[in-house]
Amino acid sequence: MALLDKYQPGDFFDEMFIAEGKVRPHYAALFERFQNLEQEEFEQRRSAVDAAFLRQGITFTVYSDEQGTERIFPFDLMPRIIPASEWTMIEAGLTQRMRALNMFLKDIYSDQRILKEKVIPAEEVLTAKHYRPEMVGVPVPKDIYIHICGSDMVRDREGTYFVLEDNGRCPSGVSYLLENRVAMKRAFPHLFGSAGVRPVDHYTQDLLTVLQYIAPPNGRSTPNVVLLTPGIYNSAYFEHSFLARQMGIQIVEGQDLVVQDKKVYMRTTKGLEQVDTIYRRLDDDFLDPKVFRKDSILGVPGLVEAYRAGNVSLANAIGTGVADDKVVYKFVPDMIKFYLSEEPILANVPTYLASDPKECEYIVNNLQKLVVKAANESGGYGMLVGPASTAAQRAEFKEKILENPRNYIAQPTLNLSRHPSYCDGQFDGRHVDLRPYILCGERISIVPGGLTRVALRKGSLVVNSSQGGGSKDTWVLYGDS
Amino acid sequence: MLSRVADSLYWMSRYAERAENIARILDVNLQLMLDLPKLGPEEQKALWEPVLRSTGDHVDYDKHYKETTSDNVIDFLTLNPKNPNSILNCVTTARENARHVREQISLEMWEEINRTYLWMKSQTLKKITRQGPYEFFTQVKNASHLFQGITDGTMTHGEDWDFIQVGKYLERADMTTRILDANDEIFVKRPANKFQTGGTLQWSAILRSCSSHDAYRKFYVAQVEPDKVVEFLILNEFFPRSIRYCAGSLNEALRSISGCKDEHFSNMAEKLTGRLVAELNYSALEDIKTVGMHQYMDEIQIKLNNIGEAIFQTYLFSPPLTVIEEKVEEPKPTSKQSQKQGKSTTGA
Repeated sequence: MALLDKYQPGDFFDEMFIAEGKVRPHYAALFERFQNLEQEEFEQRRSAVDAAFLRQGITFTVYSDEQGTERIFPFDLMPRIIPASEWTMIEAGLTQRMRALNMFLKDIYSDQRILKEKVIPAEEVLTAKHYRPEMVGVPVPKDIYIHICGSDMVRDREGTYFVLEDNGRCPSGVSYLLENRVAMKRAFPHLFGSAGVRPVDHYTQDLLTVLQYIAPPNGRSTPNVVLLTPGIYNSAYFEHSFLARQMGIQIVEGQDLVVQDKKVYMRTTKGLEQVDTIYRRLDDDFLDPKVFRKDSILGVPGLVEAYRAGNVSLANAIGTGVADDKVVYKFVPDMIKFYLSEEPILANVPTYLASDPKECEYIVNNLQKLVVKAANESGGYGMLVGPASTAAQRAEFKEKILENPRNYIAQPTLNLSRHPSYCDGQFDGRHVDLRPYILCGERISIVPGGLTRVALRKGSLVVNSSQGGGSKDTWVLYGDS
Repeated sequence: MLSRVADSLYWMSRYAERAENIARILDVNLQLMLDLPKLGPEEQKALWEPVLRSTGDHVDYDKHYKETTSDNVIDFLTLNPKNPNSILNCVTTARENARHVREQISLEMWEEINRTYLWMKSQTLKKITRQGPYEFFTQVKNASHLFQGITDGTMTHGEDWDFIQVGKYLERADMTTRILDANDEIFVKRPANKFQTGGTLQWSAILRSCSSHDAYRKFYVAQVEPDKVVEFLILNEFFPRSIRYCAGSLNEALRSISGCKDEHFSNMAEKLTGRLVAELNYSALEDIKTVGMHQYMDEIQIKLNNIGEAIFQTYLFSPPLTVIEEKVEEPKPTSKQSQKQGKSTTGA
């Protein structure tokens, strides 16, 4: 029996099947290839891929046990495919969003026109946890705040794409996008030529170009770009070192940098060497103990002052977290209309704000069908999935919401699309999302693909790796089939 | 290059070399025992104590074990997580340092050191005994050779590579002094040793633990004699594990880093290394004998330690800089030199 014979698309939007046994045209070639694969052969390739990930140290560390076990992120060998026409729409939609978000950030850290004209209630923005008054009136290079973005997208039962989050701070995962592709090419070398899959490996070059583009003008022919990591114990350290290696730049920790005369230097064996652009994988809070968290030993004292003086550039800029606030998220379509006079190409998920008394009432009375999220949490934490919740959890959230309404939003529970995924020896439908990676420099570019995250637990809607999620290679095709 | 990167490369290299040397020492002693009549507890103890002294861990050992037996020593020096210098911990530390500088070293280097680490993690004492410890030690040594070979063949031979050489030769020189020092009584007491036949066997064992048995034979075309063993392992100009050769290579690597000409020095590390090289170049066996083996090895160890400290001060340590107006926060603990050394200065 072939691998996908028994597959049930179920009552969901299935990425691969229109109905039982009926494959979408852009999956036809892949379907045929998988149907011709013996289960044993498939299992073999699967374990070869897992072994390669382990050998290469593409792992994250589980600290729950004393040994500090390293695990690989579960990788599902069945790729997710996006046809050209869909991708064109996604690309246009995200580009539009990106332009609006950068204009929004520039605006709220200067004239605050959008607040003055009451398009967005001022208090929602100014009370956002990651709004940085320190940045008001501070120009940033080329007026770009978010240089690197990883928007989360989902599809509903009809297959409509929605943007769920914008992630304009330090989105992670792009290394998995790139490594997943390498792994797939190794496991199924013959699949690619015939399928017409667009390559992704120029991402790191594009990233470096962006980081060089925003460097302060100082006469140096090649700007000195570094990546600032919290260190090897950070769960994304693999990605940090991967990106630094691919770009050929130095990876630095806070202790490697020092500020003198509002200039940032790194300590080398030959003395101090000035740094122009810092791709920081450290949240605002930890960047500079003189300005933000005093207890941060990961940051660089004086960095913010050097940044404000224009002697060093940061990617992303300080203060972009305000756009990640889930309350502010609600207003992105309004930003698009306000700044660009365009209609949003990609839809937002309908969002209710607990800070609005009417909407708050609706939320607390309908917890069972809603997803409640804390405005500033990520990684799947601080979240209530109504339909899967217990009465006690709902009571707890109700109390939390009423106590601090500004900190909560709610959205209808989306029936996320599913994708055949290999679980427990067979293919079964699992919910997926999509995280494309957007770069914003001289122009906006989006690597054709993305990280498809899959909730490997049956029925689960939470795709985060910290919550038992895995990932898939994501193919964007040159054509529609 | 970042000071922190140089630091990690240096320690990565030292610990990889240390893992290999511990495997060598253990391996040779186990083989030596095969050639001896069945040993009682006292005799076992007498054979293993020099080994523990040569790794500098005898004090630690006594905390964990009551008796000095082959099984206990193997346990302690191979897989014991509590011994900072067990092979497992050396490999783990080397790999951890490699992970720190993952983007600086070649993909092949990383994969090899990671492979060794994963393999070490999968080992148990039972497995080692079942397959024969010889097999295990061979694999440890081979892993180290493979790693060094891959390093030579895949990494740019620039400053970063030089720091790896510095770590390697400093560690190797240090290990050779320890091996000689720990066994110094056999040079002093000679045939009065309790193993009547043990003398030659033991000198051969020492040669083998430095992979120098064949090289020795070729060089002297002679029987294994203690004087010649000492001369070979300390003063030979061309054997890659002799102290003189290691000091010479260390000197070259340091000068390659700074670009400073021979006969001159630009920092303390170069000055001390140059002095040691000159001393070894112009020494003869008689000079060692006059001072006494133990004393001589002790002095060299102290000199190597001082060189290590000077390298640390010159290149690896980042002193807090005084920034105008406010003082900079102390960097994270940087006194790794003493912290990571993990071995006492005097072996005996």
